Amino acid sequence: MDLNIIWFILITVLFIGFFFLEGFDYGVGILLPFLGKEDRERRAIINSIGTFWDGNEVWMLTAGGAMFAAFPNWYATLFSGFYLALVLMLLALIARGVAFEYRSKKDSPVWRNRWDWVIFFGSFIPALLWGVAIANLIRGVPIDQNMNYTGSFFTLLNPYAIVGGLASLSLFTLHGSIFLSLKLTDNLLDRARKVANKLWLPTTFLLFTYVIFGYFDTDMFSKLGVNPGVIPVLAAIAIVSVGYFLKIKREGWAFVMTGITIAFSTITIFMGLFPRVMVSSTNSDYSLTIYNASSSPYTLKVMSIIALIFVPIVLAYQAWSYWIFRKRVSTKSKLEY
Amino acid sequence: MDALVLARLQFAVTTAYHFLFVPITLGLSIAVAIMQTAYYRTGNENYKKMTKFWGKLFLINFAIGVVTGIVQEFQFGMNWSQYSRFMGDIFGAPLAIEALLAFFMESTFIGIWIFGWDRISKKLHLTAIWLLAIGSNLSAIWILAANSFMQQPVGYAIRNGRAEMTDFFALITNGHLWVQFPHVFFGAIATAGFLILSISTYHLVKKEKHDVFIKSFKFGAVYALLGSLLVILVGHNQAQYMIKIQPMKMAAAEALWETENPAAMSLFTFGDEANKKDLFAIKIPGGLSFLAFNKFEGEIKGIKQLQAEAVQKFGEGDYVPPVAVSYWTFRIMVGAGFLMLLIAAIATFKTFKQKFEFSPFMYRIVFWSMLLPVIANTTGWLFTEIARQPWTVFGLFQTADSVSNTVSAGEVLFSLISYTLIYAILMVIMISLMKKFATRSVEEIDVDDHGIEEDKLLSKV
Repeated sequence: MDLNIIWFILITVLFIGFFFLEGFDYGVGILLPFLGKEDRERRAIINSIGTFWDGNEVWMLTAGGAMFAAFPNWYATLFSGFYLALVLMLLALIARGVAFEYRSKKDSPVWRNRWDWVIFFGSFIPALLWGVAIANLIRGVPIDQNMNYTGSFFTLLNPYAIVGGLASLSLFTLHGSIFLSLKLTDNLLDRARKVANKLWLPTTFLLFTYVIFGYFDTDMFSKLGVNPGVIPVLAAIAIVSVGYFLKIKREGWAFVMTGITIAFSTITIFMGLFPRVMVSSTNSDYSLTIYNASSSPYTLKVMSIIALIFVPIVLAYQAWSYWIFRKRVSTKSKLEY
Repeated sequence: MDALVLARLQFAVTTAYHFLFVPITLGLSIAVAIMQTAYYRTGNENYKKMTKFWGKLFLINFAIGVVTGIVQEFQFGMNWSQYSRFMGDIFGAPLAIEALLAFFMESTFIGIWIFGWDRISKKLHLTAIWLLAIGSNLSAIWILAANSFMQQPVGYAIRNGRAEMTDFFALITNGHLWVQFPHVFFGAIATAGFLILSISTYHLVKKEKHDVFIKSFKFGAVYALLGSLLVILVGHNQAQYMIKIQPMKMAAAEALWETENPAAMSLFTFGDEANKKDLFAIKIPGGLSFLAFNKFEGEIKGIKQLQAEAVQKFGEGDYVPPVAVSYWTFRIMVGAGFLMLLIAAIATFKTFKQKFEFSPFMYRIVFWSMLLPVIANTTGWLFTEIARQPWTVFGLFQTADSVSNTVSAGEVLFSLISYTLIYAILMVIMISLMKKFATRSVEEIDVDDHGIEEDKLLSKV
């Protein structure tokens, strides 16, 4: 296995980490104004991710940095090509990050309510746009022989990508609601459970629609074959089982299962892409691959050594921080504002 | 306006804005860590109050620093895709390493620090703030390694139509990095020092002479003095280095049109940039030679000769950066630096005398001095980046070739306006919050032991 493949796998892993962790963050942000009826409730909901959201977001930054370092052409084509979509996402992320820190800095209910809606939109937009972006990677976008994107903003808003966006949006929201039912108590816990139960069926429906759509709109079918292998099947079983675990109130297992759905769906899509990283709809010869988009062998080697040393360390201390703050957050306890 | 001009303007706006907050993060994280260490060592509650008070201001600042940093990470690909293709093999590495080594560290430990008061042991909690401070400053090293490559490309070869890395260690042992990082670092110390000094002075003069703010004043004065003194000393080093590797930058900084030996240092020049000559100038004879070689002789090349040499080396073209902008940004930075040193020295003198009385005039000077490092930081970076033009990577790749060729002027205009708007709104909000929390009196500092009640509740459940 060459280093190009290893870096493709590593970036897949970074995206899995990002979608898994930031996925429930987005979900929590989206549910915030609806689940929290009064200020202390909303603060409790925010505090359930208060310690983690910043560290989770770094998974995205690291995935972006890794793309730049290992596949500069992928980074260049994707980021310049999806320009306006990314601007929207950046604006959302800027506002969202500030909102977490600033919303409780004044007592005014108007002030706090406004920031809560900033958190909502700041979570909603990226949760939707990441699905749109990933769907377009695999569906293919117009790319010319110089690896330049030749489409427009509206090229990205095709039906397949929109279904992809809705699928990621609903999956992250479901993931977030289950996370909340693991982290909250009393009334909030009941509400989170209810929402999770309501969200499960539409999410499952959207995911299956996305998959079926994918068989028509992408070359996944010819690539993965009639028998797609164990990973996509497990992703499907996992999302179906979520409904069962929610019914018997085993949220821990339900959370594991939405996690597996997110991870295995991401793997499936990246397997469908492989060895390409961006599909050209103009001409399949123009597609970006892990070879024509990559850095030099030397850079890949250096980066591999660094990743080998530091990824385990990062995983260890992030896991440790989750362990420290594993307890449920209750409105009856003292809340860090 | 074309896409290139707009993209450059956007880079300037977003980067300069980002760097309003970064130095405060770098310097104040260490300051708060030191205060908490004092609390940990002595158990003195006033040190805890200091940690809480300055920690709050740190967090308000930190939030904007973080979110505006996301734009930085993305906009190389978004607006400078040609640059990313040509330089990615080298330039991407430090950015990825910055995220992996530094961003993860600061973002994880800031969460542990904010929510960890009395939930984890005091020692662990203290470790968290130190790791946060180290993480932030590590990120500065990596991003400056990337910037240093742009100033002085090392450890690369041109292959396969792009620049490829041949020596990673050359990248991190780049001489430019190790004159630049200390300059940025001590600048950050000074920035945080003046923030602490100014706000403490406000409390001592306008509110009460509480021990918390006397201690803070002393701390701020010494911190600002150290920062100002060292930033000037290493800045001198950096200037000498710059004359060697980017002589054009120094020539522009001094509006030195002709090669001179000994070269004079300009105190004030009003020049004619188009015709490359002075209209009016006051100069110190031999001053520039002294700056460069520590003696009053030695040749410094002028703009005209350097332009001719560049044409010979790189072919026809204009290799002279905007001279007036370079000249004035450099002067404002240096001037602000020396003012900082003076004010910090006076403040330190006051702490030794244990006198915290200020005349209204003096109060105003000290209070507004918190803006001086901000001005110096901004003009310093404007100078560094503008006086490198027309290059993005000095001698290797030009700005005009770096811009994304698929992003239209209209799209950049949209993003430029959007970023500017949201940044302006955030600035207004941030200043109002800073004001609110910086003017809190000592009794209002929240020193509750968070989490204890919660743990009691849970143990009952």
